[in-house]
Amino acid sequence: MSSVYLDNNATTMVAPEVREAIMPLLGEEYGNPSSMHRLGGKSGLFLSQAREKIAAGLGCDSDEIIFTSCGTEGDNTAIFSALESQPEKKHIITTRIEHPAVLNVAKHYERKGYSVTYLGVDSKGHFNIDEYRAAIRPDTALISVMYANNESGVISPIEEMVDIAKEHDVLFHTDAVQAVGKIPIDLKKLPVDYLVLSGHKIHAPKGVGAMYLRRNTPFRPFMLGGHQEHGRRGGTENIPGIVGLGTAMELAVKHIDDENTRVRAMRDRLEKGLMAAIPDSIINGDTAMRLPNTLSIAFKYIEGEAMLLMLDQFGICASSGSACTSGSLEPSHVLRAMGVPFTYAHGSLRFSLSTYSTDEDIDIVLKELPPIISRLRQMSPFRRGDEGLDWVDDHDH
Amino acid sequence: MWEYTDKVREHFLDPKNAGTIDDADAIGEVGSLSCGDALRLFLKIDEDGLIEDAKFQTFGCASAIASSSILTEMIKGMTVEEAEKVSNKEIAEALGGLPKEKMHCSVMGQEALEDAIRKYRGLEAAPAPEGEIVCKCFGVTDLQIKRAVLDNGLTTLEEVTNFTKAGGGCEDCHGRIQEIITEVRTGKAAETSPQPEKPVKLTNIKRFQLVTKTIEEEIRPALAKDGGDIELIDIDGSEVIVSLRGACVGCPSSGHTLKDFVERRLKETVEEAITVREA
Repeated sequence: MSSVYLDNNATTMVAPEVREAIMPLLGEEYGNPSSMHRLGGKSGLFLSQAREKIAAGLGCDSDEIIFTSCGTEGDNTAIFSALESQPEKKHIITTRIEHPAVLNVAKHYERKGYSVTYLGVDSKGHFNIDEYRAAIRPDTALISVMYANNESGVISPIEEMVDIAKEHDVLFHTDAVQAVGKIPIDLKKLPVDYLVLSGHKIHAPKGVGAMYLRRNTPFRPFMLGGHQEHGRRGGTENIPGIVGLGTAMELAVKHIDDENTRVRAMRDRLEKGLMAAIPDSIINGDTAMRLPNTLSIAFKYIEGEAMLLMLDQFGICASSGSACTSGSLEPSHVLRAMGVPFTYAHGSLRFSLSTYSTDEDIDIVLKELPPIISRLRQMSPFRRGDEGLDWVDDHDH
Repeated sequence: MWEYTDKVREHFLDPKNAGTIDDADAIGEVGSLSCGDALRLFLKIDEDGLIEDAKFQTFGCASAIASSSILTEMIKGMTVEEAEKVSNKEIAEALGGLPKEKMHCSVMGQEALEDAIRKYRGLEAAPAPEGEIVCKCFGVTDLQIKRAVLDNGLTTLEEVTNFTKAGGGCEDCHGRIQEIITEVRTGKAAETSPQPEKPVKLTNIKRFQLVTKTIEEEIRPALAKDGGDIELIDIDGSEVIVSLRGACVGCPSSGHTLKDFVERRLKETVEEAITVREA
C-alpha cells in the first residue's frame, strides 16, 4: 500500500538530493574536520560549505551559525545562554503554546527561582500585543516566542514582537523549527538574537539542527568540550547530518515558492473539501496567518486516535491534537490554550503537507475520511443536540 | 504508535455489537465528552437473569472501542451474577493485553457493566459509588481508586493514572492519590475512612453483592499470598457459609483465619451482624 504522508510537521522524508549528498560521507569521506591531514581537511571543507548554505538560506553570516544535534538542543542552548550571561535578570517571557523544548526549560528555571510570564492566546491562536508589551520588566532576561506553531500552524507576529523587545533592549529567541522552509525568513530584516531550526523538518535526516546566534549576542556553550564550532559547541561534528542539512536548506529556498502556492492550494482544497463533506467540523486557529502546509481540523463527538488508526488502514499518515495517553489525557496544551471546546478538542486532526505532497494524496483523504467520521459517529453515544449531556456527570470546566 | 495486539485491532476495526437496543432492560453509562471517553452499554436480560444481548456505543480511542466490543462478546450468554464478576483485568486479558497507559479503557468497560447491573436490579436510587472526588479533572473518587489499586495490585501513582485516569490532568491530586495507595497497601483503609457502602439496613441482594465483592477483592487475594483460597457456599440471613481451600485446608490456624480475618473483614465492610462458618 502506498503511503499518503501528511504528517510533515512531525518529520519529513529525506529528500533524494540530500541522501545523495550524504552518501560520500558514509563512505570514503570519513575524516574528522579537526585533523591535520587531507582527509580531515576535506571534511572541514564540507563543514564550511554547509555552514554557508544555512547562512545563505537565512540571510545571515556563516559565523553566526552553530550546528547542533536537534531543535531541542538549540532551544536549550539559546535559553541557557541568555540566562547564564545575565545572572542579575530573573524574568523570562514565553508563551503557553511553545514546544516542550522551551516550555520545560522555562519550568526548570521557574523551579530554580526565576519568574516566568506565559503569554496566552485567543481562540484564533493570536497573542495580545498589549499584554506582551506590559509583561516586559527591567529584569526580563529573555523573550522566547515560537515563529509558527506546530499544531495550529498559526504564525506569530515575530517582527512586531522583536521590535518591541529591542525597544526595551531584551534578548529575543525564536523557535523557528516549523517556520523554516515553509515561509520566507530573512534575518537581515529581523533583529532576533537566537533562532533555532531542525534538520528533519526540512527533509534532512534526524539528529542534526542549527542555531543562529546574532553577532555580539551573549553566548554560553551548553555542551562543554573541544574547540568545535569555535568553542561554542563541543563534540565532533555530525558531518553527514550537517552536509545533509546544508543541501536541505538549499532545497528549502528553492521550494519556498512552491510551498506558498501549490502546497497552499492543496491544503486549502483539503480544508474546503472536508468542511463541506463533514458537518460539525471546525478549523483550529486563524486561517489567514497560518503556515501554508498545515491544517488543524476538529470533528465533534469522536476521538482523534480512533480516526488516526482508521486512516492508517488506508495508508494515510496524520496526527491528532490530543494524546490519549493517561499521562496527558487532556487535549494538547496548544488546543487548550486556544480554548478549543472539549467537544471538539478530543476530535482534532492535523494534516501537514510538504512539497512532495500530491493532488492524489488530497483526493485519497477526501475520499476516505468522511466515511470514517460517519462510522465513528455512528458508534459514539453523543449526537448533535447532546451538548446538555445530562446522562453523565459532565465535569467540563 | 501504540502497540496494540491483533485482538485489539480486530475489535476496533470490526467491532462486534456496536449499536443500541431499543427495549434494553438496563443501560449502563460511564464517562463524558470532556473526559475523552464515554461508554453506553445496553443489556437485554431474560426472565431467568440471562444476558441475551449486549450492545454498546463508545466515544473514545481504539482501545476504548475494542474493550467495549470484547466486553459485549464476553457477557452475552452469562447470567447477571456471572457478568458482575467480570473484572477489568479479564477484559484486558481477553484482548491479549492493553498498553499500560490504556488500562483505564478496560476499567471503563467494567464500570459501565456494573452500572447496568445496578440499574437492572433497581438500585438506581443509590447508584454511582459515592465517596470523595479525588481527581477533579476526570471526576474520579477515592472508592474508584481504592478498587483499582486492590483489583490490580497497583503500587504507583503512574499506575493509578493508567487505570483510572485520576491524576492525568492538572496533577493537583497527586498527593492525595499517593496517600490512598499507601492506605490501601498498608490495609489502613478500613480503619481510617468510613465505608460509604455500608448502609444501615441491607437488602439480601445488596448483602450478597457486598459479601461477594469483599471475598473476591480482598479476602481471596490476601489468602492467596499464603497459598490459600476460599469459596463462598451460601448466605443464610446474616450467616455466611464458606469453604476453605488450598493451603488453608488442614492448616492449624485456619479457624483463626476464619474468625479473626474473614469474619472481621466482612463485619467491617458488610454489616456488624455477619457471622462466618465453614460448610
